[in-house]
Amino acid sequence: MTTAILAFERDYAAQRRRARLTFAAVALVLVVLVLLTAEASNFFKITQVTQADGTRAERWVIGAGLPRLGEYLAKTIPDLHWSTLPDDIALWFGRWQIWAKLLLETVLIAFMATVFGVIGGFALSFAAARNLAPNGWVLWLSRRYLEIARTVPDLVWALIFVFCFGVGPMAGVMAVGLHTMGALGKLYSEANENIDMRPLDGVKASGGSWFDQMRYGAVPQVLPNILSYTLLRFEINVRSSSIIGYVGAGGLGQELRTAMSFQEYTNLSALFIIILVTVIVIDRASEALRHRVIGLGATA
Amino acid sequence: MTIEPISAAEIARARAEHPLVFSVPLAVRLRRAALWAGFMLLMAWCLYDFNFSPLRIWEGLGRLGRVLSFMFPPHIWSEWREVSDILKGLGETLSMAFLGTLLGAVIAFPLSFLGAKNLNRRPFLRFGVRRGFDIIRAFETLILALIFIRAFGLGPLAGVLAIAVAEIGSLAKLYAEAIENTSTKPVDGVIASGGSRTQSIRFAVMPQVLPVLLSITLYNFESNVRSGTILGIVGAGGIGFLLADRIGAYRWGEAWSIIFLIIAMVYLIDALSGLIRARFIGTWEGVR
Repeated sequence: MTTAILAFERDYAAQRRRARLTFAAVALVLVVLVLLTAEASNFFKITQVTQADGTRAERWVIGAGLPRLGEYLAKTIPDLHWSTLPDDIALWFGRWQIWAKLLLETVLIAFMATVFGVIGGFALSFAAARNLAPNGWVLWLSRRYLEIARTVPDLVWALIFVFCFGVGPMAGVMAVGLHTMGALGKLYSEANENIDMRPLDGVKASGGSWFDQMRYGAVPQVLPNILSYTLLRFEINVRSSSIIGYVGAGGLGQELRTAMSFQEYTNLSALFIIILVTVIVIDRASEALRHRVIGLGATA
Repeated sequence: MTIEPISAAEIARARAEHPLVFSVPLAVRLRRAALWAGFMLLMAWCLYDFNFSPLRIWEGLGRLGRVLSFMFPPHIWSEWREVSDILKGLGETLSMAFLGTLLGAVIAFPLSFLGAKNLNRRPFLRFGVRRGFDIIRAFETLILALIFIRAFGLGPLAGVLAIAVAEIGSLAKLYAEAIENTSTKPVDGVIASGGSRTQSIRFAVMPQVLPVLLSITLYNFESNVRSGTILGIVGAGGIGFLLADRIGAYRWGEAWSIIFLIIAMVYLIDALSGLIRARFIGTWEGVR
């Protein structure tokens, strides 16, 4: 009896030791990684700052930057007084006519990009689904294409397309659209991989071609999923197209860049508020639409 | 027994008797037509407003073709100085994603307790904290990076802080949801054996959520590696700066090579974190 207990105690101690060793090893690796990455990202950098009395002093970058961050954010808050509130707000949003136009452009870029992305992603999702692809080559090619389209950020596509198609919303539509195609193509093809194959067999048995099988066997099953993913993507695209103007691809982002470089601080806060409100409104609207079309609880 | 085929006359009779079965109601058809017409009009107007002319597309595609022709063979840097620049950029992007996610996770972890319904019983406080997460999430990482560049200067530090702040919003929300999905039975067990509230969190809630939290954090690390590659375009460090620089100088061969390297890096990180997930957490379905 006692030998069994002793054996248990011994095994237990050994297990505890191994667990502690694993923990120590993982902790050590983490600490080393943190130190390495902190060093690589200038976390410990020391900088020179000019003090109030004009002398130079050495400071930790983060320590020196935090007050500046506060100052910067404080400058973006406009001068609002209760007595002259309407006038102050009118001054704050003084460029509203330009912004309203650019805001419309932003939403339209997102809309068109989503449409292009849906068309391309939908077409490719059947070729990129393991259970539906007509042959291995098509599967491999379409999967790699979708991967590249979504791994390269839309801002990088925008840089490339601004060179090709010139400054303006057209480049933005193409860039966001291409990225959307990659992202939606993946989601759609995953939805395709989860379908019931029996309807397709039925269509095939009655002499349907590959396209007939997709059209009458697969599409009706995945349509609700596709709608849900598409609406979610539209919201994401509104965000992307609001910053894509930073590299010249149209939308509100170009105003952001102007306000940043000309140090028009209050314009910045006004732009943030505009983007924030737009994103929230579109969030809510598409959620309502999704619930209406798909029914509650079916959101992906 | 044989089945009589339906004659054409019978079909015609059925059609006349039950017209609604054979056709879509007029109101529905009209609504569909109106929706499609509206959609087409909007598209047409967009195409017009954005100057999508065939000529412009043709010219752009020509230029795109020329740019694409620099993809193969990919540019290979011959001098060590250039190679080390690129490697440094990639390393910076990885460091920014890693440190940013870690800092965000460290701050988001305690905050998520305030946002979880089963741990924070004060609805007002919980509501305020939750809306706080929402507001942080409404800001793009890129916009945060632009703000931090003004305070901390150009370079990866601004990128790290931008990713960290953005991650506080998203991780705290995901963590809080994971905590809300825990079972109450272990908590009851700890309380029944005389444990305090803190002990019930430590010994009943934490063991349930830790794998989920780790999995969520790894996913966000992956997505930060992807999104971190663009922070350099606005000057917040990493490989994006080199990429924007090469594209700005029309050195397309090098630009494409950098894009290939970014794709390879993202692949590698995905595979690696998949391994870590499988090793420490097991295959976990249903995160996100």
